Amino acid sequence: MTIHLSLIIFLPLLAGFIALVMPARWAASFATAGAFVTLAYVLIALFRFKSGQGLQFVTDDDWIKELGIHYRLGVDGLNLWLIVTTAFLWVPITVIAAVRDWDRPRLFFFNLMLAETAILGVFCAQDLALFVLFFDLTLVPFYFLIGAWGGENRVQATTKFVIYTLAGSLLMLAGAVALGVLATPPEGQISFSFADLSQRSLPAGTQNWIFLLFAAAFLVKAPAFPLHGWVPDTYRATPIPVLIGLSAVLSKLGVYGFVRVVLPLLPDASVHFQEAMMLIAIVSILYGSALAFSQDETRLVVGYSSIAQLGFIILGIFSLDPKGVGGAVFQMVNHALVVAPLFLVIAVLANRVPAGNSRLSAMGGLATRAPVLVALLLIATLATLAMPGSGNFAGELLILFGAFNTKFVYGLVATAGVALASVYMIRFFQRAMHGREGAGVQSRDILPVGPDLATITPLIAVIVALGVCPQIVLSKLDAGPQAKPSEQVAQR
Amino acid sequence: MTQLTAPHIDYQGMAPLFALLGGSIVVLLASLLRSRFVHRTLVPALTVITLGAAIGLSIWNWEPGDTKPIVEGALAVDTLSLGISIVCYVAGIATVFLSLRSLALRTAGGGEYFTLMLGSIAGMNVLASAENLVVLFIGLELLSIPLYVLCATEMRKRVSLEAGLKYLVIGSVGSGTLLYGLAFVYGATGATDFSAISSAIGDKVSATDPMLLTGIALAATGLAFKCSIAPFHTWTPDVYQGAPTPVTAFMAVATKAAAFAVFLRLFVEAFPDVQPTWSNALAALAMVTIIVGNAAAIPQRSLKRILAWSGVAQAGYILTGVIVATQIGLQAMAFYIAVYLVMNMAAFAVVIARERVSPAGDDISSFEGLGRADPWLALPLTIAMLGLAGFPATAGFIGKFYLLRAAIDGGWDWLAIFIVIGSVISLGYYLKVVAAVWLGPTTVAVQPADGAAMRRLARVGGWSPEAEGRAQPEVLAVAVIMGAAVIVFGIVPSPLLNAAGDVGTALQNIFA
Repeated sequence: MTIHLSLIIFLPLLAGFIALVMPARWAASFATAGAFVTLAYVLIALFRFKSGQGLQFVTDDDWIKELGIHYRLGVDGLNLWLIVTTAFLWVPITVIAAVRDWDRPRLFFFNLMLAETAILGVFCAQDLALFVLFFDLTLVPFYFLIGAWGGENRVQATTKFVIYTLAGSLLMLAGAVALGVLATPPEGQISFSFADLSQRSLPAGTQNWIFLLFAAAFLVKAPAFPLHGWVPDTYRATPIPVLIGLSAVLSKLGVYGFVRVVLPLLPDASVHFQEAMMLIAIVSILYGSALAFSQDETRLVVGYSSIAQLGFIILGIFSLDPKGVGGAVFQMVNHALVVAPLFLVIAVLANRVPAGNSRLSAMGGLATRAPVLVALLLIATLATLAMPGSGNFAGELLILFGAFNTKFVYGLVATAGVALASVYMIRFFQRAMHGREGAGVQSRDILPVGPDLATITPLIAVIVALGVCPQIVLSKLDAGPQAKPSEQVAQR
Repeated sequence: MTQLTAPHIDYQGMAPLFALLGGSIVVLLASLLRSRFVHRTLVPALTVITLGAAIGLSIWNWEPGDTKPIVEGALAVDTLSLGISIVCYVAGIATVFLSLRSLALRTAGGGEYFTLMLGSIAGMNVLASAENLVVLFIGLELLSIPLYVLCATEMRKRVSLEAGLKYLVIGSVGSGTLLYGLAFVYGATGATDFSAISSAIGDKVSATDPMLLTGIALAATGLAFKCSIAPFHTWTPDVYQGAPTPVTAFMAVATKAAAFAVFLRLFVEAFPDVQPTWSNALAALAMVTIIVGNAAAIPQRSLKRILAWSGVAQAGYILTGVIVATQIGLQAMAFYIAVYLVMNMAAFAVVIARERVSPAGDDISSFEGLGRADPWLALPLTIAMLGLAGFPATAGFIGKFYLLRAAIDGGWDWLAIFIVIGSVISLGYYLKVVAAVWLGPTTVAVQPADGAAMRRLARVGGWSPEAEGRAQPEVLAVAVIMGAAVIVFGIVPSPLLNAAGDVGTALQNIFA
């Protein structure tokens, strides 16, 4: 059986379409089934994937010949685990969405599945134009998901989110077109395929301005320090299932773009801007940590901690060191896996403290009443703060190795960021679970209710498994050819 | 005694034009019959048949890479003129359907209305194929004069009359400026044929001759009026808002298409040696247009005004094709114009459907909650807005991609960045419409079912008393077909790209 990546990408959309046309009461079931089938197919692909053999399961067709755009998909050691993570996380996302009531459920689930299709498309794309297309397409479902089913100030939040991210994406569109056109040799055929583009080269000056266009898109999406203005409103307003998709997976598109597009295609510029990007990464780490520490709103604690975590990932990428880049990719997976249970727990907590509006100050003292929940949250918390024995520990260690290898000072400062993570995460855990019982806390049952437990537990199990044996992932992870722009530059 | 020889007439090449002119006469004569059937059915049907025949004859003439001069070189039959004309014909057919139940049609009389429209389309045909200054001007006037009248066809409405008058006055200023410029060009070069002008420049007259440059500048100004390029765009929002909406839709798409075709043809064929000068000037205009159009659209509440300002901004994008003046630029422009047609027609069709039943007219409040009340209208509008904003999976994305490629390929990197910045600003109003449709307040005034309430609503709105809720299948059909086309051409753009590629072969002496 050959693996068709198109199937992986468009299965969710198909399920979404079915959900759209069938009666409303079945919408959730079809969407969930679609997520499961996609995951199953992705797992088959995972087992058939052979490490160290470069790009596999390649689909390559001319899509728009006149513009040099190929419909080219492929999986290699870089995107394999991101695809798996996306397909895996979409299962709990659809499950917890299915147990909630939504106004206009058919449209909701259609958008939710369209989001999965778009995200998988970005990860699978092996053509720059296709990459940009899927990258921008992700905004359509998220715009509607946040705007139509969000909480307070949803329209304002979604507008801000989309304008921020699309401003970046459109700049990237210009950058992508420029990259394709300017890299075309005289008499050569224009092409946006990564394979063709990596054979061609651009003068360093041109690379620099194109780099800035791409960086704008990817840093907004991440989000990184100066471009994170959309974070608070969006994290407050987004419904929990959608927020998991946004925080765990959507935020990885930007950093993935750095590894997939920027490092290999703009090697001179990557070296040129290395320190600037590492500086942004460091500031993001410190700034995100400080804000995460001072938030009362639990969603924002996790939201700002994401800024810090993605700062680490950016740091690893721009260490331009194979270890650092590999660690960054591994950390993308880890972060996605820990964010999901954190938000699921927040959703449970919000149910137990209904008057609290998911604020920390209204919580507390849940530990004795809900021991299972506490244990699960503790594991997620410890993983987030990169306790030795967690996947995050391995990831951050690799990142720091990379940073120390190339820019010692940045590595040193970033190490402080590791300590900061424990400060804000432990504060979050303590305030939510220990201390005096909050005024509005209602905790009648010891166990979290069925669907919550059923979604959180597998996630925690995977986190533990990765912590015990990160080699499962690392053996098939390979950011190799992408990771060494400095060598590429040296070769010229 | 010199012998006068009549020019050879190529009937095949002129067939679309003959069809249009013949059709318009038939339509006018048919409407003299007073039967209800003739007015309601026969006249629109004849108009559609005429336009359909013109499309067929254009396809018959379609030969890529071949320019056939006809009427002693006054007109050119090539893929550029044919392609742009087809865009105008399609816009015309859509307009017929959109007009069927409009008030304008009743007050103006069907025959006159459609005859004027066909006359205007004939003008577009002439304009798009003009190879001579005089013919260019004739084409422009043939296009414009019927439109002045069409704008004022809702004779009992102040705004419609005002729109007609405004368009007449400003349009005449534009035509006058153009004519003045053409006279200067003729004065400097002594020729009216584009090719003769081109060979005179650098030979008889230097490329920096002040008289020639003045002429070019004035001609560009005159054409900029027609394309609504800033700072000559000020008539656009008022006229678009005041004119009967089907006429607005027609004007927004077809006039612009024809004007851009002649813009490119005149500048590339007649003034190739002056290109460095005019391309810089036009680039500055494009920049101003993109910023002005997008910024001014944001505070608008009337959807027709939003579309008008968006049309101004889009004109700035399309102008890129003229500025770069390369084959890719021409192709990108042709593609974008075709895409622009479907996106705008979809949007205007929804506006028409809504304003006939909503007391708020085309105000954005009459679109609030449309996603819940009538998804079949909401979807085309949403798709059109996302397409105009350049979202992926719509034809607008491919169009913008193509334009950016043309700009960067021609060395206009900063113009590409400007297009992108303009698109970012444009989100401010395109998303406002989408938000109103889908994310607005959930209490929707779902259309009342009984006829009396409908008629009352319609009277309050001041629109066609015939319009009754969803009893406008033809408007809905236009909206859905055009909306679907935006998606289809966004996913399978190749047929349209092939056609645009053919159009790109039209101008022989285009740069590289």
